[in-house]
Amino acid sequence: MNPVESSEHPTPVVAEARGLSFRYQKPLVLEDVSFRIHEGESLCVIGPNGGGKSTLLKLMLGLLEPGRGSLKILGKSPAKARCDIGYVPQALRFDPLYPVSALDIVLMGRLDRLGVGLYSKACREVAMNALEEVALADSSSRPFSDLSGGQRQRVLIARALACEPKLLLLDEPTANIDLSVEAQLLETLTRLREKMTILLVTHDLDLVSAVGDSVLCVNRRIHRHSLPLSGEVVKEIYSGIIRVEHDLRTRHSQGDHSACQHD
Amino acid sequence: MTEFFDAVQTIPLIRYSLLAGIISAFTFGAVGSLVVTRRIGYIAAAIAHSMLGGIGAAFYFGRTYDLDWLTPMFGGFLAALLSALIIGWVSLRASEREDTIISAIWAFGMAAGILFIHYTPGQKPNLESYIFGNILVTSGSDVTATFALGILVLLLIALFYHKLVAVCFDEEFARLRGINSNAYFLLLLAITAVSMVLMVRVAGIILSLALLILPAATASRFSRQLWVIMLVAIGLTLIYNTGGLAMSFQLNVPTGPFVVICAAVVYGLSFFVKRKRA
Repeated sequence: MNPVESSEHPTPVVAEARGLSFRYQKPLVLEDVSFRIHEGESLCVIGPNGGGKSTLLKLMLGLLEPGRGSLKILGKSPAKARCDIGYVPQALRFDPLYPVSALDIVLMGRLDRLGVGLYSKACREVAMNALEEVALADSSSRPFSDLSGGQRQRVLIARALACEPKLLLLDEPTANIDLSVEAQLLETLTRLREKMTILLVTHDLDLVSAVGDSVLCVNRRIHRHSLPLSGEVVKEIYSGIIRVEHDLRTRHSQGDHSACQHD
Repeated sequence: MTEFFDAVQTIPLIRYSLLAGIISAFTFGAVGSLVVTRRIGYIAAAIAHSMLGGIGAAFYFGRTYDLDWLTPMFGGFLAALLSALIIGWVSLRASEREDTIISAIWAFGMAAGILFIHYTPGQKPNLESYIFGNILVTSGSDVTATFALGILVLLLIALFYHKLVAVCFDEEFARLRGINSNAYFLLLLAITAVSMVLMVRVAGIILSLALLILPAATASRFSRQLWVIMLVAIGLTLIYNTGGLAMSFQLNVPTGPFVVICAAVVYGLSFFVKRKRA
């Protein structure tokens, strides 16, 4: 039940993989992966598409079973640790017209405390606090469909916070949102990293440098790197693709909008 | 219009139809809103049409083996529930073949119903009344059954509202919070099936489907809160069912088609009304 103590790190281990391998069909998606995440760490997972980032996330959520090796979250199997994990999926996955309010969505973080009927007053208070944490308390009754991309993403973060998680997993939170919105999100995540353990899957190297303590580079195997990442490491991981995207984003933020046409 | 009110007081069939319409408005408004917002209208359509197989089978086996308890509506109820569970299972397990299998169940149900009726001994039942509805066949026991099933459906929605909404919005997250998402999706299909059975006697299969979908679809154009959509859909269905019955009686036109055309026209007109922005 208790997090595994580590002799090398001052804080307990929150997640630990040992010799983890996984395959959907024939080729291995993850091979002999080992890592540890300690309490209070903010870890970014980067890697090329198809490199195994999402698979790793699904394994940590207990949605997939490892083929070989072991994975423990808070000393338990991922399926048993689910209630201690806050998960933020990509906002694009949802039907934007589904008729629910921001508060309705955040309350879903308390589903495990809901028997039959209505949410308790305590659950509503936790949900409102979570909305306050992401600076959206004033928008609690607004329909999800009326919110901007960044606000929707922050509602999903609030939903994960309403779970009162020990580990927060985020799947590409800045995907498909514009740069001004990204700044708000960055502020929220920077605040959260002081309070909890975070594992963030992203392609956004600006986000990595702003939020991460270190980086897990996933491309079938896993390598851990400290920040800042050297250009050579990035090139090695992405074969240059992401660096181009990063350059384009930098040029965009500096006002060169012609760059976006090639993004 | 006074003729209609006189008829309600003096003619039991009119009274039963009115009561069935009022009771089912609550069920249709609530269930229809869940169906429309979850975008599973085509699944509801397949469930509705598969009922014909159950109705035909009940006629055939009921008459052949003298099974008095096997009423057409009971047969339709079983067929609707069974097809809801099969479609739900297929939808969860083999999503890449979902549309094909739903179409197959739809066609199979109708074809089986017609074949069973063909081989039913004695006087052939009038299938048209089950497809398009006939208020002249509504009985007191139909109203009682409508009331009992309606209460059951509304109770299930009230008890599991938040879990149903969570599963409809994001079944993966609901599963991560310990909710059996598959079971709640099947529950949604099951209450859709039960709701369809409620109005088949009065409005028929095709028209019940329209009443399930159109008021909720109209309501969803003007609100982005599910509970508001439900209330508006209930209100609209009440107006269609009671007003439509009265008007059709007055104008001497078939009730079911008249009600559905009114509902479809209102839905069409709703596209000309600007949606409210928050």
